[in-house]
Amino acid sequence: MMDFQVVVLAGGTAKKLAPLVSKEVPKALLPVANRPVLSYVLELLESSNLKDLIVVVEGEDAALRVGGWISGAYVDRLHVEVAAVPEDVGTAGALRAVAHHLTANDVLIVSGDLVSDVPPGAVAATHRRHGAVVTTLLCYAPVSGPSDTGSSAGKDKVKKSRYNIVGLDPTRQLLLHIAAGAEVEKDIRVQKNILRAVGQLEIRADLMDAHMYAFKRTVLQDVLDQKDTFHSIRQDVLPYLVRTQLRSEISANGLHKVEDNANGRVSSQNYVTWMSQHREIAPSAYQELLALSPRSPENALRTHKCCAYIASKSKYCARLNSIQAFSDINRDVVGEASHLSGYSFSSQNNIIHPSAELGSKTTVGPQCMLAEGSQMGDKCSVKRSIIGRHCRIGSNVKIVNSVVMNHVTIEDGCLVQGSVICSNVHLQERVVLKDCQMVCALWPDSV
Amino acid sequence: MDVRRGQRTVIDPKVRQVGFVPAGATRPPARSHSVPTDACSSSPPAPELPLSGSSLSPVMIPPPRHSSADGLPSLSRSAASPVPIPASPLRRDTVQIPIGSYNPSESVLGSSPMISPSSRLDAVSEFSDEVPTSAWLGRSGSGKFASSFPSSSGEMMTMKITGGGSGGGGNTPKSSLTTASVVKALPGVSEKDRGALIEVQNEGISKPQKQKTSKAERRAIQEAQRAAKAAAKEAGDQFVLCEAVKPSASSGGALPASKQGKVVKPSSQKKDGPQVTAPVVPSEKKVGDRIPDKDRKKDVPHPRMQFDDKHRVEKAKRRAVVNQSEARNRVELFRHLPQYIHGTQLPDLESKFFQLDPMHPSVYKVGLQYLSGVISGGNARCIAMLLAFQEAIKDYSTPPEKALVRDLTAKISSYVSFLIECRPLSISMGNAIKFLKNRIAKLPHTLSESEAKSSLQSDIDRFINEKIVIADKVIVGHAVTKIRDGDILLTYGSSSVVEMILLYAHELGKQFRVVLVDSRPKLEGQALLHRLVAKGLNCTYTHINAISYVMQEVTRVFLGASSVLSNGTVYSRVGTACVAMVANAFQIPVLICCEAYKFHERVQLDSICSNELGDPDVISKVAGRNDLNHLESWADNENLQLLNLIYDATPSDYVSMIITDYGMIPPTSVPVIVREYRREHLWI
Repeated sequence: MMDFQVVVLAGGTAKKLAPLVSKEVPKALLPVANRPVLSYVLELLESSNLKDLIVVVEGEDAALRVGGWISGAYVDRLHVEVAAVPEDVGTAGALRAVAHHLTANDVLIVSGDLVSDVPPGAVAATHRRHGAVVTTLLCYAPVSGPSDTGSSAGKDKVKKSRYNIVGLDPTRQLLLHIAAGAEVEKDIRVQKNILRAVGQLEIRADLMDAHMYAFKRTVLQDVLDQKDTFHSIRQDVLPYLVRTQLRSEISANGLHKVEDNANGRVSSQNYVTWMSQHREIAPSAYQELLALSPRSPENALRTHKCCAYIASKSKYCARLNSIQAFSDINRDVVGEASHLSGYSFSSQNNIIHPSAELGSKTTVGPQCMLAEGSQMGDKCSVKRSIIGRHCRIGSNVKIVNSVVMNHVTIEDGCLVQGSVICSNVHLQERVVLKDCQMVCALWPDSV
Repeated sequence: MDVRRGQRTVIDPKVRQVGFVPAGATRPPARSHSVPTDACSSSPPAPELPLSGSSLSPVMIPPPRHSSADGLPSLSRSAASPVPIPASPLRRDTVQIPIGSYNPSESVLGSSPMISPSSRLDAVSEFSDEVPTSAWLGRSGSGKFASSFPSSSGEMMTMKITGGGSGGGGNTPKSSLTTASVVKALPGVSEKDRGALIEVQNEGISKPQKQKTSKAERRAIQEAQRAAKAAAKEAGDQFVLCEAVKPSASSGGALPASKQGKVVKPSSQKKDGPQVTAPVVPSEKKVGDRIPDKDRKKDVPHPRMQFDDKHRVEKAKRRAVVNQSEARNRVELFRHLPQYIHGTQLPDLESKFFQLDPMHPSVYKVGLQYLSGVISGGNARCIAMLLAFQEAIKDYSTPPEKALVRDLTAKISSYVSFLIECRPLSISMGNAIKFLKNRIAKLPHTLSESEAKSSLQSDIDRFINEKIVIADKVIVGHAVTKIRDGDILLTYGSSSVVEMILLYAHELGKQFRVVLVDSRPKLEGQALLHRLVAKGLNCTYTHINAISYVMQEVTRVFLGASSVLSNGTVYSRVGTACVAMVANAFQIPVLICCEAYKFHERVQLDSICSNELGDPDVISKVAGRNDLNHLESWADNENLQLLNLIYDATPSDYVSMIITDYGMIPPTSVPVIVREYRREHLWI
């Protein structure tokens, strides 16, 4: 398939999402509009005709659950291999574990918690077009959308914290600087030689690394082999490659190998160097840089390209990596990004399963979802919320801006606002919840 | 060279009439032109001679396409005046050549035998002519291949991975994969879809073949022929250019015959015939009446897609891989060329990256690079394409029950059609494709698949090496002899060969200065300037507006070319004609540096019939100057048409010499090279 292999990093039981994920519900299976979040990635890939996937899951149990779900939901549609890796090896460690399965020229690495409609082909094509070592998908950092009262508490934090600091060349194709994680809060350090090479550097804080990367396989394997302290792709591998793009140490070998393979014969070496004079025209600045560097082939091969594909603002792109993101994405998927959910909306702009039962004078507002088998009593009101399967909800209940998972019982007169109620929770009468996460701890095997 | 220029009679740049002149302004002179020329086009050419001076313009307005059906009567009327002009260079040359100083070459031309029609048929036929055959084959074949592929590959994948998992063990925690779900067999529907996709692509290729040229072009060519014949009769001798026109016309004539044998449904072709000829204007019919209909059909010159034919464009669009939306305000005179909204193609193609199964990744990559402009320039594009094909051939394996010769040709054809959608092919690439297909067709049947593949790969290597790399070295060697100490050399744009010549001359220690002329919007010269100055050359940089001033001090003009056509016309980056003309007016020799593989037997008299249009936004926007962007968001204004031509045609009069790998030749000798060395080019 265009010489690409796809690895989906589905994670395990992320600590950030602490109350929501558990051994029973690994991160990949968290419901977003009543579908596991992983299904969004898998369907995005499937729509791009990428059907051979490797899914890496942290932890044996989680891997079993994820694997079981995939084989149930995608039998005859996708060809998925599930690999289990020990917990806490990080994304780089997870890749190390499956590195020996990678054979294609380039590897597309997607995070399993990505909810997006950016075509992965665009990232891959940009990667190929530039012959880059790594290409990353950057999208506009989500501005927390308008919401009613309630979940504003978490918002301020999100607004303050920046996701990434990104340096781009004037054509916005080359990635020249990236700061991730803790680096973001520190001062920005830009290398002089990169700045000299491109002349102009655009620093942006409104872009977010969406954790979809295309890597040249040989380079990725080299980096993972040689730098065994690297833990995360986003925070270690990518910044490392970006940092060393003008004095690449390890990838020189990798590139050299590839170059040789591509052209096979000794005689072609001749016009490969000839081409290098005339070929690289696109980002003019970069070309000058190449022109300036002495023409010896070794020197030319000591540089590698790191590229970025910036998704247009009209595309939806979000990562489910915090509780705030969880409720944001749930809201968006039935709201502004409703094409992602795959459901057909009614004329009232909501989804009510035919088997759901509504009492008299109960209203379900727009951008809501009521899954199969759920029952609601009289005089209830649901606004911008998602209610899972087989829930029983009494009378006079108000649910606003919330996510209610499956098999939840809510008795009369409750008020739920900006909260997440996990499966099997039982709320007694007249409970008032605001910005809470309710988890049922009375699961048989945790007793 | 100098002798010849001295003898040239009238070359007056002032007479040129270019572009879009308001109808009212041009009508009086137009009418005065049109009366005598119209008369002479149907009568013996004696009275034409005095006109030759005024008909020199390299950029000419073509005859109206459907002057009755045309939406803009005023424009078409003004454009109608120079109708017979395309014939004029022929006339001019027939007069001139006997006086010229290149007698040896002409005697070669005169004495060399005509190629027999049969041999011409297969040798002359263009690469694109060969496409439909293969496309037709591919339609029956490769669809089947693709549908049988996915199910087997899915299982292979499983086996490979699980095998590797059990074998692998190291210090890093290796994990084994468990297959969660396997695609057992694709449902029949999707198989059909894949088949259909391939079919669609292949049919896209056969499209242009059925295409007829617009009436105006046919008419122009007819007239050119007739004038040439008449001139030849009068002179009582076979002249160079008459001959040069004939092969091209007859190669076109040979087309329909072979077409009808191959095309599955000749009925559709017949159906289209009357539709095209229906809106004939009476006056045009009079001209055409003398030639029987059968001959007219034979006059169809080349199977290029005419984009002013809505019917066909619609059809072609449905089959295209690259989703292109037509520009809304298309430039009137260039409606026959593809004019798309730029900027929409690349994102669309990129997002479909994984959906294009039958495309080889390296071909796809090159296509993207053409589309985004990462690769430009004749040689670079050609080499990139050939290397991509080499990769594709390396990874190729013949599907069962298929012949490698036929299936691979079909494959290459589908790649070529994809590349055409990304950017129209250059003539050099066309020649390279012709060569490759020829090599595939000529493969001995005794070769095994791996032998055939390696032979093709080494053929490609040899082509690149001999026809481009070594040819450039030879050209550099020849050209350097023309550089003397104290010379001031002018070049335009950024030509790879000229760059090598300048650098080599500098290495030899010659003392000279370079005047680098550049033009918006590409400003390709700046990169060249950068490299030259970095090497220590003494340079002057200016834009083409200043050409008439800067030309005064220049002693030689070196220009690159995209192609040289058999009437000596140099087809090159837009602006080259202007530079050459100014140089000619100042009596400064113009040396064109062009590898012989870029020569083509086609004859082209203007820059309109065949050209390429670039992104119109580029010329309306000035980067970094927001105060100058008055035209922003004017692209949809109906009264505004932006024309960004990529190429232009320089008439051979302005060219003193063409430096090729076969030596330094006058432009009149191009057809000799095309004819005599074709075998060598294609290694038939």
